[in-house]
Amino acid sequence: MDVSFSIAKGSIHGLVGENGAGKSTLMSILYGYYRADGGEILLDGQAQHIRTSQEAIRLGIGMVHQHFMLVENMTVLDNVMLGSEGGFRLAQHRAAVEKQLREICARYRLDVDPLATIHDLSVGAQQRVEILKQIYRSANILILDEPTAVLTAQETQSLFEILRLFKEQGKTIILITHKLQEILDITDTVTVMRGGRVIGAVPTAGTTKEELANMMVGRPVENYLPRAPYNPGAPVLTVQNLELSDDQGVRLLRDLNFTLRAGEIVAVAGVSGNGQSELMEILSGMRLPTSGKLDYLGKPLPFEGKSDADGLPLAFRELGIAHVPEDRLRDGVIKAFSVMHNTIFGYQDKLKNRWGLLDFKAIAKRCAELMKTFDVRPNNHDLRIGLLSGGNQQKVVIAREVLAQPKLMLVGQPTRGVDIGTIESIHRQLLALRDQGVAILLVSVELEEVRALADRILVMCGGGITGELKIEEFDTTRIGLLMGGMHKS
Amino acid sequence: MNNQDLPRWATAFVMPVLNLLSALLVAALVIYLLGESPIESLGILVHSAVLNPEGLSYTLFYASTFIFTGLAVSIAMQAGLFNIGAEGQMYFGGLGLTVAMLAFDNSLPWWLLIPIGMLGAALFGALWSFLPGYLQAKRGSHIVVTTIMFNFIAASLMNFIIVKYLVPVGEQNPASRAFADAAAMPLLNQWFPILGETPFNISFLIAIAALVIYGVVVQRSAWGFKLRATGLNQHAAHYAGIRISKMIITVMLISGALAGLGSVNSIMGSTHYLSLNFVNGAGFVGIAIALMGRQHPLGIFLSAVLFGALIQGGFDLSLEKPNIPTETFIFIQGLIILFCGAMENFYAPAIARLIKRKG
Amino acid sequence: MTFEDLHIASVLVSTVRNAPLLIFAAMAGLFAERSGVIDIGLEGKILASAFVSAAVAFATKNPWYGVAAGMAVSVALAMLQAYVAISQKGNQLVAGIAINIAMSGLTFVVAQYFFQQGGRTPDLGEARLFDVILPGSAAIEGVPFIGWLYAHLIGGHSVLVYLAFALVPLVHWVIYHSRFGLRLRSCGENPHAADAAGISVERQRYLAMLIAGVLCSFSGAYLAIVQSGFFLRDMSAGAGYLALTAMVFGNWRPFYTFLGCLMFALFQAIQIQIEGVDLPVIGRIPGSLIQMVPYLVTVIVLAGLMAKSVAPKALGTPFVKSR
Repeated sequence: MDVSFSIAKGSIHGLVGENGAGKSTLMSILYGYYRADGGEILLDGQAQHIRTSQEAIRLGIGMVHQHFMLVENMTVLDNVMLGSEGGFRLAQHRAAVEKQLREICARYRLDVDPLATIHDLSVGAQQRVEILKQIYRSANILILDEPTAVLTAQETQSLFEILRLFKEQGKTIILITHKLQEILDITDTVTVMRGGRVIGAVPTAGTTKEELANMMVGRPVENYLPRAPYNPGAPVLTVQNLELSDDQGVRLLRDLNFTLRAGEIVAVAGVSGNGQSELMEILSGMRLPTSGKLDYLGKPLPFEGKSDADGLPLAFRELGIAHVPEDRLRDGVIKAFSVMHNTIFGYQDKLKNRWGLLDFKAIAKRCAELMKTFDVRPNNHDLRIGLLSGGNQQKVVIAREVLAQPKLMLVGQPTRGVDIGTIESIHRQLLALRDQGVAILLVSVELEEVRALADRILVMCGGGITGELKIEEFDTTRIGLLMGGMHKS
Repeated sequence: MNNQDLPRWATAFVMPVLNLLSALLVAALVIYLLGESPIESLGILVHSAVLNPEGLSYTLFYASTFIFTGLAVSIAMQAGLFNIGAEGQMYFGGLGLTVAMLAFDNSLPWWLLIPIGMLGAALFGALWSFLPGYLQAKRGSHIVVTTIMFNFIAASLMNFIIVKYLVPVGEQNPASRAFADAAAMPLLNQWFPILGETPFNISFLIAIAALVIYGVVVQRSAWGFKLRATGLNQHAAHYAGIRISKMIITVMLISGALAGLGSVNSIMGSTHYLSLNFVNGAGFVGIAIALMGRQHPLGIFLSAVLFGALIQGGFDLSLEKPNIPTETFIFIQGLIILFCGAMENFYAPAIARLIKRKG
Repeated sequence: MTFEDLHIASVLVSTVRNAPLLIFAAMAGLFAERSGVIDIGLEGKILASAFVSAAVAFATKNPWYGVAAGMAVSVALAMLQAYVAISQKGNQLVAGIAINIAMSGLTFVVAQYFFQQGGRTPDLGEARLFDVILPGSAAIEGVPFIGWLYAHLIGGHSVLVYLAFALVPLVHWVIYHSRFGLRLRSCGENPHAADAAGISVERQRYLAMLIAGVLCSFSGAYLAIVQSGFFLRDMSAGAGYLALTAMVFGNWRPFYTFLGCLMFALFQAIQIQIEGVDLPVIGRIPGSLIQMVPYLVTVIVLAGLMAKSVAPKALGTPFVKSR
């Protein structure tokens, strides 16, 4: 939406913003994946039309994506040569390319063996291969999209060394990130985006973390919905030393500790991709943790002795844990099923009669009442749920989970893809539940939502909890800092 | 192009009919190229298979078997599994049936023999589908290739078993001995003599019952709900607490059992002995039926009758027109699988444009 | 139990002569699957090209025209499959099965129409491909082992046999050492990476299917023209599926796939020899049980009980640009 910014040659420029701020979209246009509706792109003063990634590559723009574009069972050399092989016989070019790669590695201290196979390399090394690819293609402008999301502290430092060498060679770098420390550490200038607009562009030396955090998250809406006084009951969920690592050993959740009590809403704030999704999956039984102590109403959650999570969410539901998933269409509903069918999804075994059959008449009645209470439109329970708007779909999911009278409710991004009017009704719903004594864990990337609903706030970054605040302590700057990885200190 | 965005009348009715017509159009073209008139051929076919009572009786006799194999493939498809092994499962089911009959046919009355025979068929059919189902659920082995392999293994194994154990001493025919008269399915021409000397038997009624049970279970039971959810969206099914591996194995067992039951019509209804390759492609017809009938009980029924008509009418057609042998209908089967299965969304963009223009 | 009893010599020669049918088809499947398209329709392509090549060879009295015609048909079918899989993004398995069934019926019908011989083609008689007799075979004939080895095991086979065996190193080279092969493999492993590198995944897959069509046609031509001399209904008898199994067994690599083909060819050869032969402990093994062995081996391979099978990552998934 009407973005203008310029970057000086031979500098490192940071692009900051929360989810949906528009950073990735902007860069996608630059790299030829999308086409802009209007405006122009000037490289070295010359207007360019970039329609495909090949054109972008030719113009010297290289992009290192968050999800690597590498073929795992081929060597570094083959991955680099892909697309620019230099001839039908690979052999004739291989030796020359290998030599060139080794030179580049030496010059930028990339420490990658061209003959290594990708799946043998660490994640950090794989990223260096992506960078190597771009340099080989004579990229003058290097765009890195959230590069440190998968790196350790050490690997991050090595990456920055490489970027500095780059800069010395006169190349330009655009670093997309939401981690404020990185901006301060390495960039020369920084542009902050929010809601598809550029909020500000400043030289890094002249700004502070606080100022950046403020620009990044903006001013929250001062709309308070009524709620009962904060009077939390007994602990419903206790999480201790929760750890999750994936197959490659990357730590997705680091030593999480928190308690959730009846009648309170604890919001987990943070830019998505920092472990919140994984936390929700574990707490709902969709995924097994690597280690940790998780107690629900005094007893451990039923992870014991399980080799996989197949069928586990059912046990969790029976314990009274409801789950409104973040990815509604992938996890929460069956698009081809009717609204009525979706209202029993996950609870079908509870509603069957002694023949194993479902009483659709009763279900329809229940659904009709539900649709009226929650104001789901259009009021036709036979419609395929895929045809409803996002907001109405979400209302159905929430209604379904609420009807099960849970003691613990896990809610992920409840208002994603939902219209303004429905947002308020969903918020009222959640507050009502809280007032009735349900413990709610809310994951949200929208700080306004957190502000409106939370009693307590946990901020996550990099798989760990960087800070904990009570709602009275709510301070956009502070939260922005925590979201950006700066720990309470 | 997401065909889930098209209205139900388009996906459930218009597109399948268009697909079927496309297949038949190609078939008509081939018939024309073979030097025959497609219209005339169609006339002969319809007359033979539908318009005369004896022919209709044969049509429905064939359809009885096809309903079972069609159900077998359909129920697996509801879970997202492509069971190509109905052919081998029906073959092996026939063995179960035979074993039961050879053991009991001289000692038990018909009203016990029939359920025992059916049980044997279903049991052995399920046995044959268990391993592919288990391997898919627990080891991720692709069910298409494993079921194809089991078809071949069944062919070889049954060959061995029949020749070595079942052929009565002194006989040349690769078949078991004939069952006692008690082990025969009651023929429907006992109540409707107009049907003539045809093997049309009560299996047809059992098949209809199976269709109804299938419809009720899949559409109205909690288990059926979980089955369809698994086939439509495994992520969501997992979220809903469905045990995916258990579902896969269970469905395959049921699928195999249904395919096995297909043998009851052919053996207990018609031949009264187990012979080599008696299945004769019925398992593959089941695939075409499941795709054409879109796994819906009514669709399966109509498709099974259509194929029954193609077989019966095709037989008479081949006698009158030597240029159109019965193998032509195997070709048509392939066309139907292509248009109704692989190219099922071929007309979707055109229909979407039509709807946009009208609306 | 002597060397002669087991007829090891003829078993080995038979193995060499059985293998090409599988090798051509397996190499065809290899190209398709390496690019990410499942080709279950090998069986149908083999049948179609077997019929057409036999029919045209008979009609023109020239086996090479037959081979060419078979190639045209096989390629046409492959392009149909490609259209369904790539442009229509339809179910590749269903498409393959459809082709197999359709061709099973159509080949019989057309054969019947043209030749009126019960769905088969007439004997080709002289119009078959030539055998390659290595120079000096007659001279060496007398020498005990080497004579046989030179004249009958290595030499004396049809030209297509040599083509099949020569194909393996060629396919290996193309897949691993050529630009085309590099791009092919990337489409099968990570089409998004290929797309980001500027490669057209669709075009690559169409080309792969084209090559598969060409290679598969040799399988049919070999079956009809060389091995039998005529076309007979359903004569492929599962060879297409065995070729796929050899490919899975060989972990989608040309050389190991080739070994898989040899293994199946060996089983076939042994089966013929062993029928009617009394073995030491087991007695006579019925032919039907031996016939089962290749399929059992397939299931064991797929169950992961043998080497861990690693299919191309993007196999079977239609490519949809992610942005």
